[in-house]
Amino acid sequence: MGRKLTFEIFRYQPLDTAATPHMQTFELEEHPSMTLFIALNQIREEQDASLQFDFCCRAGICGSCGMVINGRPGLACHTQTCDLPDHITLHPLPVFKLLGDLSVDTGTWFRNVGKRIESWIHTDKAFDPAAQEERMDNELATKIFELDRCIECGCCIAACGTARMREDFLGATAINRLARFYIDPRDNRTPADFYDLIGDDRGVFGCMGLLACDNVCPKKLPLQDQLGIMRRMVTLESVRGILPEWIRSKLQGCGCNHTAN
Amino acid sequence: MRIFQSDILCIGAGLAGERVAVEAAQAGFKVICLTVVPPRRSHSSAAMGGMQAALGNSIMGDGDSPEIHFKDTVKGSDWGCDQEVARLFSQTAPIAMREMAWMGVPWSRVVPGEHTYYKGGKPFQATEKAENEGLIHSRAFGGTAKWRTCYTSDGTGHAVLFTLDNRLLQLGVDVHDRMQAEMLVHDGVRCMGCVARDLRNGELVGYFAKATLIATGGYGRIYRATTNAVICDGGGQIAALETGVVPLGNMEAVQFHPTGTVPTDILVTEGCRGDGGTLLDVNEYRFMPDYEPEKAELASRDVVSRRMTEHMRKGFGVKSPYGEHLWLDIRHLGEKHITTNLREVYDISTHFLGVNPVHQLIPVRPTQHYSMGGVRINKDGHAYGLEGLFAAGEAACWDLHGFNRLGGNSLAETVVSGRIVGAKVVEFLQGYEVTFSTQNLRDTAMKLEARITKIKHGTGDDCYTLRNAMQDTMMEYVGIFRNGKDLQTGVDKLQEILDRCQNMRLRGRPTAGPNAELSMALRVSGMVKLALCTAYGALMRTESRGAHAREDYPERNDKDWLVRTLAYWKDGDSLPTLKYEPATPFFILPPGDRGYGGGKIIPGKPLTDDQLVPFVQQA
Repeated sequence: MGRKLTFEIFRYQPLDTAATPHMQTFELEEHPSMTLFIALNQIREEQDASLQFDFCCRAGICGSCGMVINGRPGLACHTQTCDLPDHITLHPLPVFKLLGDLSVDTGTWFRNVGKRIESWIHTDKAFDPAAQEERMDNELATKIFELDRCIECGCCIAACGTARMREDFLGATAINRLARFYIDPRDNRTPADFYDLIGDDRGVFGCMGLLACDNVCPKKLPLQDQLGIMRRMVTLESVRGILPEWIRSKLQGCGCNHTAN
Repeated sequence: MRIFQSDILCIGAGLAGERVAVEAAQAGFKVICLTVVPPRRSHSSAAMGGMQAALGNSIMGDGDSPEIHFKDTVKGSDWGCDQEVARLFSQTAPIAMREMAWMGVPWSRVVPGEHTYYKGGKPFQATEKAENEGLIHSRAFGGTAKWRTCYTSDGTGHAVLFTLDNRLLQLGVDVHDRMQAEMLVHDGVRCMGCVARDLRNGELVGYFAKATLIATGGYGRIYRATTNAVICDGGGQIAALETGVVPLGNMEAVQFHPTGTVPTDILVTEGCRGDGGTLLDVNEYRFMPDYEPEKAELASRDVVSRRMTEHMRKGFGVKSPYGEHLWLDIRHLGEKHITTNLREVYDISTHFLGVNPVHQLIPVRPTQHYSMGGVRINKDGHAYGLEGLFAAGEAACWDLHGFNRLGGNSLAETVVSGRIVGAKVVEFLQGYEVTFSTQNLRDTAMKLEARITKIKHGTGDDCYTLRNAMQDTMMEYVGIFRNGKDLQTGVDKLQEILDRCQNMRLRGRPTAGPNAELSMALRVSGMVKLALCTAYGALMRTESRGAHAREDYPERNDKDWLVRTLAYWKDGDSLPTLKYEPATPFFILPPGDRGYGGGKIIPGKPLTDDQLVPFVQQA
């Protein structure tokens, strides 16, 4: 016999006019290798078919199942019950619009942010089907991929103090995304362009430096570093023409292996 | 009812759907993508391996060409594929990969100089050419003469999907996520869009479109154990099948992977066995050498899967609360090797199973992996039976893979067929005008409403019970080993389950909002129909070809079965109507031995001169 697990789960369906937010308790026997994916499906299929939550790949790759697990944002599919106490509390991610119970609308949020930061390669070159691909240093390709690994689960946003206070904050995920384009030579945007996108307190200057984003990221992305790198880049851009250029360019490259575009 | 209108409606926004959407949007057409999850959460994101394309930049891919890629593909398919399509695919693949590089994919690149690579678990040295520095690199995959799988570290699907979705953002394509396409709107001749159910609030929504694309991925969830995401329930194939006029091709062609993990069925790579991992039974006895003295664990995917199943049937499986399984043992490879060369396996084991493979055994079993079958389309992507209906990717039966697809060909197919079908959709839309029938839309919506009302008033089994019964039937009777008796039992059981679906009930109280149970309930009877197409197609196909292995008909029979199954579903029937068509319009590579997997071949009639064409043809 495994442990008896007690799940305390947030329940609220906003479309149900009679409903009020409350916590509901479920009990379940633990099996070896049980994850929250298995547990929640078991609860829905055997105890309460109305329970809402989101899973897709159930392998930590798609980012669907972010939720607050015993007070900490994380991926439910990625969480094994054996690593948790026998009392497990589950809440939906804050900041995002609640769709019901543990399900939140991360899709709309990320789409809007993607449009705001123009999350695509800006190039004037047309694709030539007859030409060989442009060459790229493999080390750089790997570096770009490492920043491209974000799965947009929303955990960093849910854990962010600024995001809780202001709706228009872009958050660590968006700044990391732009850092990816910043180092990509195929993107012809200049530091001035990036300054326009994130050079205010909706962007890099809104960050209070609490850095919970970096702590909770399930993909262990270097969010803290990228915040620092991008903040320095736009800060130095803001003093272009004020600070002597030799100091500016010296500071620009300092300690982060980045060169100004 | 909210009604949207567009030039093209893409149902499904994974790699194939988005690639078609990009092509149409670039040509200036209005595109709407409809998807059950936000596009970046599509199952395409889970594909780690890579995409095959004969770029020939790496030293192990030196001298590669589309023709060699074509031959590997046809052999892999066990001559079940359409050779015209395979040629088109192999010729377009290099262009499609370069185009993705232009869009922003951070492909891994060639680094000149000497490197250590692995083949069959053994390291060897090879020197990459200096003149190829920085070009797209490639890695090895099974069943190929050259190393031609383009990749980005261990996240190819993710990287390409994010790049394509970025392009969609740039082009301003409308994406309607959390939207489930339930039924196609058509008049028996022409497709006009679909009726969908909004998974945010449960409302029905109408879509009118001049062209409709089905790109909803595979239908692995008809099996209990599948590596597919939970959304891979065949929604697109069901919508096509239920029109009664669109056939599904080769539904019996289902690929299994030997090492899905238990309980969550996440895949661990073949590299484990390549590097020397072994398979053990309940007594921790290594059984593979008894069955396959020569190759043991390194026999081909389908052979290892079959032997594992055979051994479990003899009572040597390990019982668990999640069903029977066997063990994968990599402990003897040592901590250093496991945490570096097999890092992905180490991560999956520790994160999802709570097993440390350095000291513990990994629970594995053969697991459904890929659906070769799907909505039957012609080489342009146009579905049989309805004008204005297209399909691409795993949802379709183009038919590139025949009875067994090669690793790396399916992921490549998404963007290659997306590019080709997208261009054909654009061609189709030029100057094309159509009359949308509000009557057809209303009738379809009423039919769906009636289906929902019926479920709400049902008194029989709930959807989970019926789904589980279907999945267990598929595992037990329509799995890896197939024979006439079991397949007949499977068909009988599935027919009985389909009948029980008529009186399906909801277990939970009716709630406001999307109601997850109702969403599942709406899927189940359609999934059982797909299961019946698979089981009945397998029962009728009295031969063994690729992944379709009949114990009672072990030979590949080119005399009678060099054909593709087409499954139609007439309203009210309890079985599909099967028709057949030639597997390929012509032969570039005449039927022969694959060179692996064993098995006898019953040869067909000698080919006539007009059936044979060269790879390079005059236009």
